[in-house]
Amino acid sequence: MNLTLKIWRQKDANDKGKIVDYPVSGISPDMSFLEMLDVLNQELIEKGEEPVAFDHDCREGICGTCSLYINGRAHGPQTKITACQLHMRSFKDGDTIYIEPWRAKAFPVIKDLIVDRSSFDRIQQAGGFISVNTSGNTQDANAIPIEKENADKAFDAATCIGCGACVASCKNSSAMLFVSAKVSQFALLPQGRVEATDRVLNMVKQMDEEGFGNCTNTGACEVECPKGISLENIARMNREYLAASFKG
Amino acid sequence: MSGILNSSIGRKFAMALSALFLMIFLVMHVSINFTSVFSPELFNEMSHFMGTNPVVQGLMQPILIFGVIFHFVMGFILEAKNRASRQVSYAKNAASGNSSWVSRNMLLTGLVVLAFLGIHFYDFWVHEMTVKYIEGDMSGLIDPNNADSGFRYYEELREKFVSPVRVGFYAVAFVLLSLHLLHGFNSAFQSIGANNKYVKSLKGFSKVYSIGIPALFIFIAVYHHFAH
Repeated sequence: MNLTLKIWRQKDANDKGKIVDYPVSGISPDMSFLEMLDVLNQELIEKGEEPVAFDHDCREGICGTCSLYINGRAHGPQTKITACQLHMRSFKDGDTIYIEPWRAKAFPVIKDLIVDRSSFDRIQQAGGFISVNTSGNTQDANAIPIEKENADKAFDAATCIGCGACVASCKNSSAMLFVSAKVSQFALLPQGRVEATDRVLNMVKQMDEEGFGNCTNTGACEVECPKGISLENIARMNREYLAASFKG
Repeated sequence: MSGILNSSIGRKFAMALSALFLMIFLVMHVSINFTSVFSPELFNEMSHFMGTNPVVQGLMQPILIFGVIFHFVMGFILEAKNRASRQVSYAKNAASGNSSWVSRNMLLTGLVVLAFLGIHFYDFWVHEMTVKYIEGDMSGLIDPNNADSGFRYYEELREKFVSPVRVGFYAVAFVLLSLHLLHGFNSAFQSIGANNKYVKSLKGFSKVYSIGIPALFIFIAVYHHFAH
């Protein structure tokens, strides 16, 4: 396959950045999208040029690191996969492919296609945990009966890998799907109820302070989420937040 | 509880409550308007009641005006905050692949509805306020000095729909309101935290409401235009 790549290049956080065209040839349809970028980078290195910086780690859809906005969609044209799970057979010979970083004020670009997602870490630190005594006599979580429906919903919410595709896809750069998944996975379990009020208040406060936008329920986040996190989690977080606000 | 309106969820909650209130008002408004199609007398009686009842005029009308202004002002505040959250746009964005046009353009459809409301207020509300509270005529009669002249509301309504331009703009505005409601109805429930099997079963009703209510308003305008 011969392709034209239009890639966002930005030296550092202070650089203005621009789209640069790169023709690539000899791309196998069986390559993953990141392997295609590896080929490009090899060529750039051999020519003495700066390779394209992009995030990647596990390359099997678990770590959520490969944050690429491909042809106007988070993680590319397929649904429920990450960019590393995208293969070149999804494109045609002669295609032009736009590759951009996540765009959000709360996700500043560090270099080329890499963004700083530490705002997600700070939201997690604000309440995305349960306090457990780890002195050696910790109760086995399996000893607490949990109804199957809630256990399944909590598990579904917990599959969020924090990749940020929800923020990247949302026209408002809202982080509501991410935060609601983290709130829900604890709110649905008895272990998480103890700190539920403070958790939701603190996590939403941190989310707002980071500069994410407001959810307008377009549903783009749910469609683009590689793990299929449901909008029901946002409704649950809204309920949790409103109840906590009136209670507090 | 304090500062709830300073949070993103609190603002959306307030926006949704004002939307639900306005959606209930629309049902009442179209119900009264529709009586003009089959009973001018009933329309006149209801209009006179709504225009002179102290509870409606002194309590419900100010609440309604506050609700309308709040909904629009909060809409602009949310839009401004949302635009500020993405300072660099994508070179290529295929948003149509993950969301509907109406959900992404609530500001646009809302602005057309706002423009319509401006004309609507000028046509009916300002006129009513002038007649009743500036000229001091609370009779509601065509000729305030003649008790047999009958109420003026029906005649005034028909007069407004003589112009095809006004009827055309009226229809366009209500098509845009329909699009606004097609997203706004379900969105309001999601914002107040209601997304369960009962609310999901409302999806069919939301389509009937979002298309049916504006369609009735358009029908009433077109009916009076051709019946004049």
